[in-house]
Amino acid sequence: MNLLRTPAVICTAASLLAVTLGTVPSAVAQADAPIKVGILHSLSGTMAISETSLKDVAEMTFEEINRSGGVMGRKIEPVVVDPASNWPLFAEKSRQLLANDKVAAVFGCWTSVSRKSVLPVFEELNGLLFYPVQYEGEEMSRNVFYTGAAPNQQAIPAVEYLISSEGGAAKRFFLIGTDYVYPRTTNKILRAFLHSKGVQDSDIAEVYTPFSHGDYQTIVADIKKFAQAGKTAVISTINGDSNVPFYKELGNQGLKATSVPVVAFSVGEEELRGIDTKPLVGHLASWNYFMSLKNPTNDAFKKEWFAFVAAHNLSGGDKRVTNDPMEATYVGIHMWKQAVEKAGSTDVDKVREAMIGQKFKAPDGFVLEMDANHHLHKPVMIGEIRPDGQFSVVWKTKAPIRAQPWSPFIPGNEGKPDKVAAWTPEILSGGPALAMAPVVH
Amino acid sequence: MEAVETTVKGVVAPRPVRPWGWLLWGVGVVALYALILICTLALPANHPLHLSVYLMTLIGKIMCYAIVALALNLVWGYTGILSLGHGLFFTLGGYAMGMYLMRSIGLDGVYHSPLPDFMVFLDWKALPWFWQGTDHFLYALLLVVLVPGLLAWIFGFFAFRSRVRGVYLSIMTQALTFAAMLLFYRNETGFGGNNGFTDFKRILGFPITAPGTRTVLFLATLTVLLLSLLASRFIVRSRLGQVLTAIRDGESRLTFLGYNPLGYKLFIWTFSAVLCGIAGALYVPQVGIINPNEMSPANSIEMAIWVAVGGRGTLFGPILGAVCVNAAKSYLTASFSSSWLYFLGAIFVLVPIFLPRGLVGLLQRRRK
Amino acid sequence: MTEITARKTGNALGRRVGLLFTALWMGIAVLSPNTARAIAPDQLKALGEDDYDAKAAVVEQLADDGDATAERVLKALHDDTLFALPDGSLAVQVGDAYHDPLTDQAVQVKADDLSQVSLSNVLRARVAAALAGLQLRSADPGVRSRAVDALFSRPDPTVRKYVEAARQKETDSRLKGRLDQLWAMTALQDPDPQHRLEAVQLIGDRGDPQLRSILRPLATMDNASGDDVKVRDAAQAALHKLDRAQFLADMAGTAFTGLSLGSVLLLAALGLAITYGLIGVINMAHGEFLLIGAYTTYVVQNLFRAYCPGAFDFYPVVAVPAAFLLTALAGLVLERTLIRWLYGRPLETLLATFGISLLLMQAARTVFGAQNVQVENPSWMQGGISVLPSLILPYNRLVILAFAFAVVGVTSLILNRTRLGLYIRAVTQNRRMAACTGIVTWKIDAYAFAFGAGVAGLGGCALSQIGNVGPDLGQTYIIDSFMAVVLGGVGQLSGTIFGAMGLGLISKVLEPFWGAVLAKIFVLIFIILFIQKRPQGLFALKGRSVEA
Repeated sequence: MNLLRTPAVICTAASLLAVTLGTVPSAVAQADAPIKVGILHSLSGTMAISETSLKDVAEMTFEEINRSGGVMGRKIEPVVVDPASNWPLFAEKSRQLLANDKVAAVFGCWTSVSRKSVLPVFEELNGLLFYPVQYEGEEMSRNVFYTGAAPNQQAIPAVEYLISSEGGAAKRFFLIGTDYVYPRTTNKILRAFLHSKGVQDSDIAEVYTPFSHGDYQTIVADIKKFAQAGKTAVISTINGDSNVPFYKELGNQGLKATSVPVVAFSVGEEELRGIDTKPLVGHLASWNYFMSLKNPTNDAFKKEWFAFVAAHNLSGGDKRVTNDPMEATYVGIHMWKQAVEKAGSTDVDKVREAMIGQKFKAPDGFVLEMDANHHLHKPVMIGEIRPDGQFSVVWKTKAPIRAQPWSPFIPGNEGKPDKVAAWTPEILSGGPALAMAPVVH
Repeated sequence: MEAVETTVKGVVAPRPVRPWGWLLWGVGVVALYALILICTLALPANHPLHLSVYLMTLIGKIMCYAIVALALNLVWGYTGILSLGHGLFFTLGGYAMGMYLMRSIGLDGVYHSPLPDFMVFLDWKALPWFWQGTDHFLYALLLVVLVPGLLAWIFGFFAFRSRVRGVYLSIMTQALTFAAMLLFYRNETGFGGNNGFTDFKRILGFPITAPGTRTVLFLATLTVLLLSLLASRFIVRSRLGQVLTAIRDGESRLTFLGYNPLGYKLFIWTFSAVLCGIAGALYVPQVGIINPNEMSPANSIEMAIWVAVGGRGTLFGPILGAVCVNAAKSYLTASFSSSWLYFLGAIFVLVPIFLPRGLVGLLQRRRK
Repeated sequence: MTEITARKTGNALGRRVGLLFTALWMGIAVLSPNTARAIAPDQLKALGEDDYDAKAAVVEQLADDGDATAERVLKALHDDTLFALPDGSLAVQVGDAYHDPLTDQAVQVKADDLSQVSLSNVLRARVAAALAGLQLRSADPGVRSRAVDALFSRPDPTVRKYVEAARQKETDSRLKGRLDQLWAMTALQDPDPQHRLEAVQLIGDRGDPQLRSILRPLATMDNASGDDVKVRDAAQAALHKLDRAQFLADMAGTAFTGLSLGSVLLLAALGLAITYGLIGVINMAHGEFLLIGAYTTYVVQNLFRAYCPGAFDFYPVVAVPAAFLLTALAGLVLERTLIRWLYGRPLETLLATFGISLLLMQAARTVFGAQNVQVENPSWMQGGISVLPSLILPYNRLVILAFAFAVVGVTSLILNRTRLGLYIRAVTQNRRMAACTGIVTWKIDAYAFAFGAGVAGLGGCALSQIGNVGPDLGQTYIIDSFMAVVLGGVGQLSGTIFGAMGLGLISKVLEPFWGAVLAKIFVLIFIILFIQKRPQGLFALKGRSVEA
């Protein structure tokens, strides 16, 4: 045989073997051994900008729980992996967490595509994912608890506000978003909603830009032109990085919130950290939590966060902020802890059952409840950007609102199940039975 | 530029292979297949030698990458054309297979429609023309080969005819994959936008998560990998291979000797793209998602790095490189989640300086 | 949801009635300012609380009063300098001190106790209009002029009375003209056809295309008769004028945005034009040199804010050279430790520098965090000049355009007029011959690379003024930079200028028709086809070095 190549073959085989041995599942959990949980947030790549804070706040919450005695007397041991903003890697890492590390639950994901990528794995291995970000709905998995907002808990109240005289009585709507599922769905729902309010298609413009789009000169000029024909509001579902150039351009071209207000669904305290907010005062955002809320729970939450940031010497220091997805992560972890204690076990099926109806006093100042549709009841708040980069709440619901993951404004959603059905794993594993799963109302 | 790259003398002088060498290989391969079958299907799940689904999907994925590395090595290692756009061909193959898998979901999607969910959602009433027929497996396979092949042929024909080469060609391939990525990201294009294709349920009627299906996919990938290796070996050792090496080391001189490099380059370029397409098609059902991110220029650069790390211009080098880099990535992202990029970056920096001939070069030097 | 809606509808009705009354009241207030009642201190308290309906009532009351106190409070509200104290009283920030809004006397407060009085957009607009209305009476022409500006930007039907009063009294002819136009905007529906005709003509003269929507109803009147026909014809003529103005503004706007995008690409690509174009190093870490420049700007800005906030507006004066030097230093280190081992192996360079790019990005994440950091424009770069009524040229884009050309100018001076430049050109054109004449070529390589890196740092400094500063900054620009350099032709600075400006203009001309994505795809395909046609770019180097 060719002598030169033999070592290469051996080496290849050896690396494969090393992978095999290096990832053999660890020993079976002991009764008093720590409970392992997974944290699945991108720490590198394009999504690191948003997701790193969620990893931090999750670690903070686990530390807090461990300090106060853990769960059922057992400590929690978070397993942190980095899916690196790479969607197939999300699937691989979730399988690793569930199958090899045998974690009791996973807290993670930000983008819808990452959630879609891990979903089959969670359903196959019957894992539990806590997803903390506002999203487009159109999904209800028995293996996921959604602690972020569904469209009816964020987008629709914001538009109602814009239409009201309080919000400026807007007549025309410029919908602008990054071209992916969340903005598309949200805008589809909003268009149907606006129709129901008597707004014509000629008074609605819909524009999409690619990810990381950096030049909004033309679009802002278009908004100005659109606004000539009547009182206009801009509804922005622009994601991540593109917000800075968009808002800077708004400021540049003198579009003030008093004449054309922009309401954003993906701009929170974290995003505003990268922007000089003085020209943006008065533009709006709709969320379920703002850092500036004044209530004892939120004060404690913020205090704990800054103590954690200081203790771990995290970059950013006292300039770090809290935001809505961080609060949702915090609430999700605490609810999971309560559910485990109620169920007396970390067994996924038992915890899932115990999660329904779980209540937690959240930093948003309300007692939130987990619904049978696996979504949280959440209050909706509309905040205006202040010069210091925080929001002042100008409007909020009196009580938490129940989520509608299947929006009634999307045709074909009539008759979709209203809560997660008691599906058995056999039905789930595929086959035609899936289509005939019992519809529970 | 070609002149200075002669430092890598990749082609090993053809030497006669004794018949028992082949026999040994054959026996080895058969034993390997048998071993895999035993480890996946026969052994109980808690047996220490059982090949878990996690490992099977991981190794399956890495083997797909290894096929890509082999394909890239044919054009870069042997012909001297560095493509920074092979991710495009890989993804195109993946999308062709992905659409077949989407169609196989049938009425079981969220909206219970014969159309894929993302089309229902975007209010498409009918399947666009370019997806017609993708519910037939064989037609999908044909697309897997034809689409990357055709695109590569057209691009290559114009590029090589105008004698675009070296870095210019690399940048052009990068522009191509970047443009395609932007196009695929658009929801109007009809490729599922950022979410791509996911939530597959079955392939050829078999549930896609069943152990048997996984094992078959795994073995199919292994087979394709071995066949590509054999094909590479055959090409490299033929007269074609010698011309390709000559193109790499002195294209002008070859032209003066009366050869027209266009046909040779075009053949190896297209062949390489087709291999990538097949690798993509095998990748999708095992990984469970295909989306435009796979076309990002950084991914294609990483592919070139696998080849460089393993040793370009050698037969096994690319496979070794793909396996090592990806295994390291898998391990580091879990164990050093906040600092793994330092390790990976350092590998990418150090290899070209200290191991110009890659890991294989290192092993060869040891031997001498 | 229905509950919310019901509440709003009720509000809307109440508000409209309120506005009507306010309009009446304000009219009276303007005509007889001395008869207004003063607001009670207790009423003001509502401003510091969270009930926006109560706040609205106070604002209406203040607009009503129209006295010096009301103007003071409205101005403080407008400037965001009104603060609430824990006991419910209010304080106006005047410089570093705090005054009582009613008496205008200084009061002692603890800065920690203060919370800013917040407004909603509707209230903010009301405050702005009311304040502008009151300020029309000011003795200072500057204040009056700004008040007119404010009313132009937000025409409010309730201010007509103010405007009419001010129009009678105005002596400054320029201001009078603008007041006339302002009046015209509110007089289009005047019962007197003579007034309407005058208003239509005034609006046509103003040339602001934003006013087309209020003219359109007059221009499309169906059953016009008598004087109405005259008004309609005048409206059509005015509309035509405004359409032309809009067209002009569109063309000028597209040209400007194209040049502006081009200048951004140029700044991003210029460093690459030197390192890649002249020295031939494929530097995939070029984007991270931009990153170093941008983060340097961020650090300098923070130092200014911390140590000499008074001179904050001048931080670019330090940031620009600092960005150049630091990035050049980074380039020097990179060249000496890594790239010099890889000369002549461009493809290996590409891969190794890609590794460097990963390392630098992760380093930025470790040091500055994964989130974006805030780089504030100095105040002279905020806002813009309005060349046409509907076309604003932002200062920061103008500055960047000028900066791009300044950098190009200095770079070409250095390359063509200095000894270093001569050496660089000599080495890149014929290394052996240059060595024979006594040039130490390795030193020139290092200097040239460091210079290219430094120019990239300048680019990063400029980019920090318009976009994100975060670990991914470099990735956003790297591909565009390569495209600009390759399109222009490697080895020529002028090629890169034309490449970058061309790409910017093409993208912006196409964007209105095809949207940003397809425009970009088209540009990329165009580049691919162009390279097929002219493999050496727009400005090919002539000579025998083609094979090199």
